[in-house]
Amino acid sequence: MNDPQYASVAVGDHVPAREPLPPEHGHDRYALDVRDLWAGYPGQPPAIEGVDLRVPVGELVGLIGPNGAGKSTLFKAILGLIRPQRGEVLAFGRHIEKARDDIAYMPQVEEVDWDFPVSVMDVVLMGRYHGFRPFRRWSAADRSAASDALERVHLSEFAARQVGRLSGGQRRRVLMARAIARGARLLLLDEPFAGLDAAVQHDLVAILDELAQGGTSVLLATHDLTCVANSCDEAVCLNGRLIAAGRPADVLTPEILAETFQRHLLTIPGVHGGVIEVGAADGAPRES
Amino acid sequence: MVDWLLDPYDFAFMRRALLVLLVISVVGGVVGAYVVHKGLAFSGDALAHSTLAGVAVAFVSGGNVSVGALGAAVVTALGIGWTRERARVSYDTAIGILFVAMFSLGILILSRRTGYTPDLMSFVFGNILGVSRADLVGAVVLGAGVLLFVAAAYRELLFVAYDPAMAATSGIPSRLYQYAMLVMIAVAVVVALKAIGIVLVNAMLIIPAATASLLVHRLPTIMLLGIGVALVSSVVGLHLSYYGRVAASPAIVLAAAACFIGALGVTSWRARRIVAPPPAR
Repeated sequence: MNDPQYASVAVGDHVPAREPLPPEHGHDRYALDVRDLWAGYPGQPPAIEGVDLRVPVGELVGLIGPNGAGKSTLFKAILGLIRPQRGEVLAFGRHIEKARDDIAYMPQVEEVDWDFPVSVMDVVLMGRYHGFRPFRRWSAADRSAASDALERVHLSEFAARQVGRLSGGQRRRVLMARAIARGARLLLLDEPFAGLDAAVQHDLVAILDELAQGGTSVLLATHDLTCVANSCDEAVCLNGRLIAAGRPADVLTPEILAETFQRHLLTIPGVHGGVIEVGAADGAPRES
Repeated sequence: MVDWLLDPYDFAFMRRALLVLLVISVVGGVVGAYVVHKGLAFSGDALAHSTLAGVAVAFVSGGNVSVGALGAAVVTALGIGWTRERARVSYDTAIGILFVAMFSLGILILSRRTGYTPDLMSFVFGNILGVSRADLVGAVVLGAGVLLFVAAAYRELLFVAYDPAMAATSGIPSRLYQYAMLVMIAVAVVVALKAIGIVLVNAMLIIPAATASLLVHRLPTIMLLGIGVALVSSVVGLHLSYYGRVAASPAIVLAAAACFIGALGVTSWRARRIVAPPPAR
């Protein structure tokens, strides 16, 4: 079931549906506004082509697409970790470089060096970093913010533990605490649920939901379509280029999913009250 | 006992040896923590061996040998950083090639000279008892530079080592710091080069930090304990050398290795206690 080739989820998954956004929610204001973004790696064709994407303030946006669809490349290009070939990225109406203090990024879990000898507290304090000041140590305010963030993800008792000695779910929560300690208004999460069981994922979604209620905007890449269907305000389908974006019920249709994932067989409980099967054999999606 | 400890230091060369080992221990303990935990042990060895090219150029041209070593080590550090980013072969293969190329260049240049070259041999095998006042001053200056850099940029180095992507997102020039870390190791190698020698210098970066890492699990404590292990090994090795009439640098390295084995014993004993099954009913 964890085979990322198949973007499907265990039946009986209990990730809760989010409360609908209030009618007065400002959908017109964007935490992230990506326009015509092209990016890739030297000597290769672009991994993403002409992507337009918006994350409204206070919304959870789920980014889905098969392996190699360019999700991680998109994140890196948004953040300037690789130089985009073309396009523009604005965060809260400013150029991304000028909005760094408002952004937290959670890379894929294997990009972090879990064996490095840092404690949970050390990692959360990294969220408080705001520019080079030689010989500077963390202030009491930084420590207090980090403690509060750890409390929010229920990891206070592990503050002194080396991060490598935590479980997969706890590691994700530490990175989440770091993002909270940063006070970031926009979170970019690259596959935060990969390899986690449903209960741990439930806890993480609950934390994200709470943050979004408080006005934080979230863009998360995931292979978990049920999570996007139940817990995200918007869904974005990517496969090199943008296939579709909008409310999950409008986007997670058999046709769009077939176009996004091409030949893979998908089984998604629930979006339209039944089970959608995208047949690999005849390529003809049907809803039952 | 006190006489046994203090007698050797009646000699100025022994006092200089102790002082230079103090500098090497502090620098090695601090830099070694990064070397061990970023998997840079092989890079450290490559940097040490590459200095032979610089030593050889300086030796043949009559320049300052330590400056030559420093130049070669820094060039190699930048080369390692570059190959890590761009090479289409695996990282350790790229380092292996750089390592033997620089070492061969050194041997090639030296092969044109004939006759016995005692100064050169002291760089290859180390000569703690032959450390001059100028060598000591050079080690102190370079060592202070490394320690100042680590103290000034401690948070940045930690962040980049743990999570370079989020570090870059937070505005830290991650690539620059990754190069800086390699240059820092290059300088640390040169600090210890004259005393310990090309062949064994990497041991002073690896063994104390590795020993400390078996016992403690946060970077600052690993650094402090690593310094302690290096100091104890240095004093033990120096006395073994003085009273046993053996070469000092291998004696120091062996003393450090003994500390490592001791720490390994402690952790194995601890682990056995933790995972012991409940007593049979």
